[in-house]
Amino acid sequence: MLRYVAQRLGLMVGTLVGVMIITFVLSRILPGSPVEMMLGAKPTQEQIDAARIELGLDRPLYEQFFRYLGDLLNGDFGISLRTSQPVIDDLFERMTATVEITTPAVFLVVLIGVPLGVLSAVRRNSLLDHAARGLSIAGVALPLFLIAMLLQMLFYGALGWFPLQGRMESNILLDYPFDRVTGFYLIDSLLAGQWPAFFSALHHAALPIFSLTLASLAVVTRITRSTMTEALNEEFVRTVTAYGLPKRSIYFRYALKATLIPMLTVVGLTYGYMLGGSIVVEYVFDWPGLGGYVVGSILKSDFPAVMGVTIFLATAYLAINLIVDLLYFAVDPRLRAQ
Amino acid sequence: MSSSEGQLAALVRPSLSLRLRAFAGANTLFVVGIVIFALILLAAVFAPWIAPYEPTAINFKDKLVGPSFSHLFGTDALGRDIFSQVVYGARTSLMVGFIVTGLALAIGVPIGLLAGYFGGKIDTALMRISDVFLAFPPLLLPIAITAALGAGLVNVMIALAISWFPWYARIVRGSVMSIRQELYIDAARAMGVGHLRIMLHHALPNSMTPAIVQGSMDFGYTILAAASLSFIGIGARPPTIEWGLMVALSRSKFLDYWWTAAGPGLAIFLTVMAVNLIGDGLRDLLDPKQKAG
Repeated sequence: MLRYVAQRLGLMVGTLVGVMIITFVLSRILPGSPVEMMLGAKPTQEQIDAARIELGLDRPLYEQFFRYLGDLLNGDFGISLRTSQPVIDDLFERMTATVEITTPAVFLVVLIGVPLGVLSAVRRNSLLDHAARGLSIAGVALPLFLIAMLLQMLFYGALGWFPLQGRMESNILLDYPFDRVTGFYLIDSLLAGQWPAFFSALHHAALPIFSLTLASLAVVTRITRSTMTEALNEEFVRTVTAYGLPKRSIYFRYALKATLIPMLTVVGLTYGYMLGGSIVVEYVFDWPGLGGYVVGSILKSDFPAVMGVTIFLATAYLAINLIVDLLYFAVDPRLRAQ
Repeated sequence: MSSSEGQLAALVRPSLSLRLRAFAGANTLFVVGIVIFALILLAAVFAPWIAPYEPTAINFKDKLVGPSFSHLFGTDALGRDIFSQVVYGARTSLMVGFIVTGLALAIGVPIGLLAGYFGGKIDTALMRISDVFLAFPPLLLPIAITAALGAGLVNVMIALAISWFPWYARIVRGSVMSIRQELYIDAARAMGVGHLRIMLHHALPNSMTPAIVQGSMDFGYTILAAASLSFIGIGARPPTIEWGLMVALSRSKFLDYWWTAAGPGLAIFLTVMAVNLIGDGLRDLLDPKQKAG
């Protein structure tokens, strides 16, 4: 098993180097060259030459790449042209806002999608099954930005239950201040015992979380349904049925357990999908996370920031996949024995 | 023997049109998908005859008018007819779908062919390289590539194709690897047929079906992705008429004037749904092994 872990880690490192080659190539074909960006309009030829040497652009390409790689490994992602801060600081500052909506969304998707998929599989061709199928066909075809805007229209425009956008009202933030311990508003406000701040944070996070949840619900329901259908045809299910065990424990205790590995993969993929989805959702809800950051950076031609987010999120994505693979061992004793 | 059974099955196999008819009878959703897609395709081809107004004609007198008989989907903030814009927008989205899927196939299929046919180190190298392109959450790589190439619909299409090709490389590789073991490939090789000829004349035709099925299922996703990129402001630019861009432009108004987002939103939804239904149907028809539960 250790060998497997080492192998997977090695593969991930290799892929990450590949990711960095891509971002390196991309940052070399950028429209404005880094020199122009540094010097502004109409520099003299001597200034350009000096800057090229200073940036190492006169060196061979492979040497430039290794320098780039070294910088990244040291956490030097460059300086954001928009915020004038080191990109890495911006990333850590905004990462928590993204995690604060994606993680609850993954939980909600599993909490709703898995039981829905199980019920559809158990009651095949029932009204519920058809409804779930219809919803999943529709859900896959709805772009995330429309889901988000529909929620805004319904819950802000028509019902007025939730705020339109943002992470917290500024007056609440002033009246009920709390220390940034973890960076998660939902946790920090609780730690400080500032209930109004906590509810305001929850209130603002709700619609972004629902958007991400709705966008992934169809896929999770569908996959649960198909793996559950397979599991229900297994012999052990027939055996426990013959023993006369209650239906609920057959479905949820025995059959569902057999679907754990495919489900783990789905949860991992869903989380990865949400990291991508957060780009659109944060843009719509003006949510100060990584997704909103990358969109704002592109629109302002802030390339160090764009490439920083790209590397950062790709790393997170690969790490999630690795964790899911390793969790297989925890879930399936047969794999550990090998 | 199984081979004689196979011959018998081939003899009694009904014609394609018969099979199609039987299939369509049993797959209402597939037919629904084809009908909707055909309508959208017609709208795209005959846009100038179908659109009641010039899509870019500004008319402040009739701005932000709700849906009515004279303006089916209402008008936008500049008084432009939204239905006419949606009809013209079909051209953009369908073009994006065809070009991106085609480009991704054009990059992915040769790579998969080479990797699957030669195997060994070539396979490992090509697949590791392709895998790197799959190491990004959705939308992120197209965004990074578009950021480097510069905003615009053409660059978005290039970026999407680059992000998409590994899926086709993988699928083609898989089927070529299984085909490689077949007797007719050995026979061809024994007769001294060159690698290139075997790849193009035997391996390629026999491994295209799964790639095309996958392409038809991804077609809708490409349209969604392009619309999303236009929506966040790095894709299509005015005067190009694109549904995602139309929704983006409606953002400051849609809470009070819902129809400014509804028309283009509905168009995206229907198109992608139709294409997905067709893709599902094609998969069941051509590639029953992959049929989902």
